[in-house]
Amino acid sequence: MAYYFGLLQTIGIHTLLGLSAYILLLTGQLSLAQVGFFAIGAYVSGILTVIFEYHIVPGLFAGALVGGFFAFLVGFPALRIKGLMLVVATIAFSEIVRLFFFNLNWRVMVNGVEVGPDSTQGFREIRFYAANGWDTFDVVLFIWLFVILIMAMLWWLDRVRAGATLRAVGEDELAAQSSGVNIVAVKVAAMTFGGVIAGLAGGLYAHSATYVDHLTFSVLLATFAVAYPILGGLSSVFGTLIAVIFIQGILIEGMRFLGDWRNIFFGLLIIVAMNFRPAGLLDGNVVARILRIVGRGKGSDGERHA
Amino acid sequence: MLELDDLCKYFDGIRAVDGLSLKIERGEVFGLIGPNGSGKSTTVNLICGVFPATRGTVTLAGRNLGGLPPHRRLNAGISRTFQNIRLFGELTVWQNLWIARRDAPGEETGFMKNWFGSSARIREAIDETLEFAGLAGRANDLAQNLAFGEQRRLELARAVSARPQLILLDEPAAGMNREEVEDLKQRILTLKNSGITVLLVEHVMELVMGVTDRIAVLNFGKRIALGTPGEIQGNDAVREAYLGSPDVDIAEGSHHA
Repeated sequence: MAYYFGLLQTIGIHTLLGLSAYILLLTGQLSLAQVGFFAIGAYVSGILTVIFEYHIVPGLFAGALVGGFFAFLVGFPALRIKGLMLVVATIAFSEIVRLFFFNLNWRVMVNGVEVGPDSTQGFREIRFYAANGWDTFDVVLFIWLFVILIMAMLWWLDRVRAGATLRAVGEDELAAQSSGVNIVAVKVAAMTFGGVIAGLAGGLYAHSATYVDHLTFSVLLATFAVAYPILGGLSSVFGTLIAVIFIQGILIEGMRFLGDWRNIFFGLLIIVAMNFRPAGLLDGNVVARILRIVGRGKGSDGERHA
Repeated sequence: MLELDDLCKYFDGIRAVDGLSLKIERGEVFGLIGPNGSGKSTTVNLICGVFPATRGTVTLAGRNLGGLPPHRRLNAGISRTFQNIRLFGELTVWQNLWIARRDAPGEETGFMKNWFGSSARIREAIDETLEFAGLAGRANDLAQNLAFGEQRRLELARAVSARPQLILLDEPAAGMNREEVEDLKQRILTLKNSGITVLLVEHVMELVMGVTDRIAVLNFGKRIALGTPGEIQGNDAVREAYLGSPDVDIAEGSHHA
């Protein structure tokens, strides 16, 4: 059972990480900086709960806010560049963050034990859950509370003008500008919100893992963050969740019995999936069909038109 | 209403628009015609702020628009359509209008309500615009699933939904059949009657001659003629520039590619 609870934690955290990239992809920005914000959230919330002995909730919020703040700062220069150059610039940002934590040494005595980030040795004492008697099931519930909260927010966002505007910018920047959309404000807002979600995910990750070091926050994880929403499709917020379950649950965990062959099948299955479903596992047509089944596809209420 | 003063745009030495001065009066339908490459679309893009002018000014109702980005020019009262239809294809017809919609002066909603809420008033205004464009039944369809003519009408509706003082139509009749052109003519006259000033860039002479109050003719970025449709049709310089020979009747030479 503990194994499945662990898997559920991973799926929840990766879903949040994927959603932080999803909101940026809606505006047409492919960012590999999400792992940088994730790392910032992990270290900030870890430092707060371990060194300053905060409760995890304010710790997570602080991690999310600092992640959002850095995303806001990255947002402005990132606006000047697009496509591949944005990818390169955001990789550079994530690497700077990683190398910062690689060098961060901040050891403090707390209750007679030396704790804190120990540069190359990592940050090992993030034990809020164990110290407060939370079992793995409590942690799963705690993580999924945030996953559901963020998914509900994004689902609702798609039903208000702000969300439609994000998609409009992603589709055609010139048409959006000519329709009165301030694309600078929209892109920075999306970047900031994405940074908040990634920072939150990072904080949850650090406390689940109890141990973080710079190696976790690699370009590989940054690639996963954007792969989830792309594989899942941008039509609905559920696409990202489905892609995380597909990759983490089926491709990575479900194929363990294949041993080293798993890595080959992993890439192969993603290629196959993208070929059969180029607009994502959960593309617009599937979403429309599901909505029709649920009976909401043709709402008489003018603004309901997901 | 709209005043262009010595407007110039040079692209690497090519003078796309070269010292253009125009004065468009409030409430008129003003035609801008000229052969391909004469600078019509560049003029539209300069008015909308897509790129900065090399020299010269664009003034709307006494306000110099120099340096304003496109979205602020929309707020100032200018909206447009594109030569090649540019809709938000994966959004619904209704959402396309929702994005461009602006509140009437004095009825502005707050930030939160504007971006995260909705109101009966907004829905009514959008439904009304859909009615105007003949798209009332298609509110929930994705814009990319509309037929060509409907997409053109949606683009017009999106521009109208911004409540502009001035609307720029960049070849709105391109690819339309006679019936659709007649339909468009009626819609432009409806706009005029509701007090909106229209700048119409068009090759379809049947539409230009039938709907405009005045016409300016561009060639090589310069204005070569200005007058009523009747005056323009009789202008030898225009015929020569436009059709290569002063002996052709412009009104008959419609659908000039």
